[in-house]
Amino acid sequence: MGKRIVFGVVAVLLVVAAAYANFFVAPTERTMGLIQRIFYFHAATAWAGETTFFVCFVANLLYIWKRNPKYDWLGVTCAEVGLVCITVVLITGPIWAHPVWGIWWTWDARLTSTFVLWLLYISYLLLRSLIEEPDRRALLSALFGVFAFLDVPLVFFSIRWWRTQHPAPVIMGGSGSGLDPTMNKVFFFNVLVMHIFAAFLIVERYVVEKMKNDVELLQREAEAQ
Amino acid sequence: MGLLSNTGTLLGKELLTEFRSRELLTTTVVFILVVLILFSFAINPTSEESREFGPGLLWLAILFAASLMLQPCFLREQANDTLSSLRLAVSDPFAIFLAKLLANTLFLLLTEILMLPLFAAFYNVPVLPQLPYLLLVLLLGSLGVSIAGTALSAISAQARMRELLLPLLLLPLLTPVLVVSATVSVSLLDREPVVQWKGIGFLAIFDFIFLTALWLFGEYLLEE
Amino acid sequence: MSSLTLPPTGLRFENIDKRYGGLFALRRVSVEISPGECVVLAGRNGSGKTTLLRIAARIVRPTAGKLSFPGASSETETAGRPGYVAHTTMVYDELTAEENLVLFAKLQDVPQPAARAEELLGEVGLYDRRTSAVRTFSRGMRQRMAIARALIHRPSVLLFDEPATGLDPIGISWLAKTLGDVHRSGCTVVMSLHGESEISALATRAIQLDAGSVAADTNSGASLRSILSFGGA
Repeated sequence: MGKRIVFGVVAVLLVVAAAYANFFVAPTERTMGLIQRIFYFHAATAWAGETTFFVCFVANLLYIWKRNPKYDWLGVTCAEVGLVCITVVLITGPIWAHPVWGIWWTWDARLTSTFVLWLLYISYLLLRSLIEEPDRRALLSALFGVFAFLDVPLVFFSIRWWRTQHPAPVIMGGSGSGLDPTMNKVFFFNVLVMHIFAAFLIVERYVVEKMKNDVELLQREAEAQ
Repeated sequence: MGLLSNTGTLLGKELLTEFRSRELLTTTVVFILVVLILFSFAINPTSEESREFGPGLLWLAILFAASLMLQPCFLREQANDTLSSLRLAVSDPFAIFLAKLLANTLFLLLTEILMLPLFAAFYNVPVLPQLPYLLLVLLLGSLGVSIAGTALSAISAQARMRELLLPLLLLPLLTPVLVVSATVSVSLLDREPVVQWKGIGFLAIFDFIFLTALWLFGEYLLEE
Repeated sequence: MSSLTLPPTGLRFENIDKRYGGLFALRRVSVEISPGECVVLAGRNGSGKTTLLRIAARIVRPTAGKLSFPGASSETETAGRPGYVAHTTMVYDELTAEENLVLFAKLQDVPQPAARAEELLGEVGLYDRRTSAVRTFSRGMRQRMAIARALIHRPSVLLFDEPATGLDPIGISWLAKTLGDVHRSGCTVVMSLHGESEISALATRAIQLDAGSVAADTNSGASLRSILSFGGA
């Protein structure tokens, strides 16, 4: 318990430090001005979300193989935390895009696949809510999780190819393409911080999931008497 | 070989059942028809616009229709627990999936071929000149829809609210198929048709990846 | 009843556990059934009888433990699949009796599937209705259909989950006679039953399950009858 509190405090402090770096350490961007600073947070959260989904994928595979409930708990935890990250990305993106490019949204490869990823993990969580028996729920959602993860690169490449047929405004040349060295440092600091914060959320959520499971077990045992 | 002969036997059963009742085919054909008609009321395209939007709308209609058509796939095995007797009888559970996905692909293709003349008429799109390539795209796209749909139908059959769940699971997953099939089709039906081999290749890759995933994980989908 | 093509086969459960979400349906069940035995599984509802039979039929995977078929030509997965009859027919309502049996015969590589289907339909008394859809069958006929499906590949092990459910006395007599014939031809029979009947009289051994564990296992006539009358619904 003590370790978790320390971890939590450290994670929050790091986020504050990152925010400071975003506003006061990073130089102002030439064309976009103040609003560009949201980019560090936005892109770093996107990376953290992608890492989290990868961990979810690995947890899903491990569950299918080993059938240890811990992997199921890790899977749902990562899916939820990943979903939070992606939601933040989808909200901060338009906030940044509108003042700069005048549009709220565009169907470029990165944005579209992010959105589809979001939909897939909503479906993953919805599927879980519709299966009552814990072992079935764990196995079926793990299987769907595997299919969903395999789909994501396919979505990305399909939209990218589609975009070559229908050119449209490109929101970001490539994350960090040709960034000023200080900006780069700030960016990677943000990436590190967001990963740590995501890890903190995962730990906390995992503990809750384990407790939920223990309660459910006790309930079922009581009903069986 | 056990797998191939089992698949053949089960495919025969799927086809026999469907051609006797024709319930899947008729409802799917009518559904696509209704969707295409409603689209043209909603959008009211000009002749030029039809060429551009039409194929995309056709694929959208196919996807919607498939997400309904695929629901009975594993549900009908629940009525008398025939899934258990099949699992007992076959040497490789993948045969069950293979037979169903081949049958579903066939049903989808049949529906699409039946719809093609009507589609050409409603949207003023000449389909004959590029027919072989169009059929290829329809085949690869329908295969992709079938493979993913059959797998997910096995999942949704074990959950509540399965009628709503299957489309929710399937449609986001099929985004690549929709995007690429529609784009390749538009290109084929353009005033100056172009065959987008990259797109066609992509569809084949999608089919391969999901077929492999189904082969690796299929037996777990059927587990109790 | 035509004789077996496969060697007489037994059933061995070694430390079988089956957990559903933390609750044990079966707990450390170890039972050895010799080839040719006729065993009754008794116990209240929820004692694990159905689960044990489904594990034996290999429809359900045990959480732990091992299942084997001693005496089968190769003691592994595909050789000597058991025949399994449960509450539903496990055949297709839209197909005819004949089509259903031919389907299952072909799937299991039974030689001359059409001839074998006809033969079996004759044996279970459904020959006249072989071209009717199973949808039109009565409860008794459906039970016979299920048995025909289970026997199509001449299994050396037959598993029966509460076979007498919903049958009238004539149906029960017919079932008892059929099971007796099958048993005499060398098949190992394991069936779960409630209470005594013509069918339970065939059994030479009774195993009682209670809350997923083996509570009693006996060959003696008196104990057998007491388990059956005790362990009824």
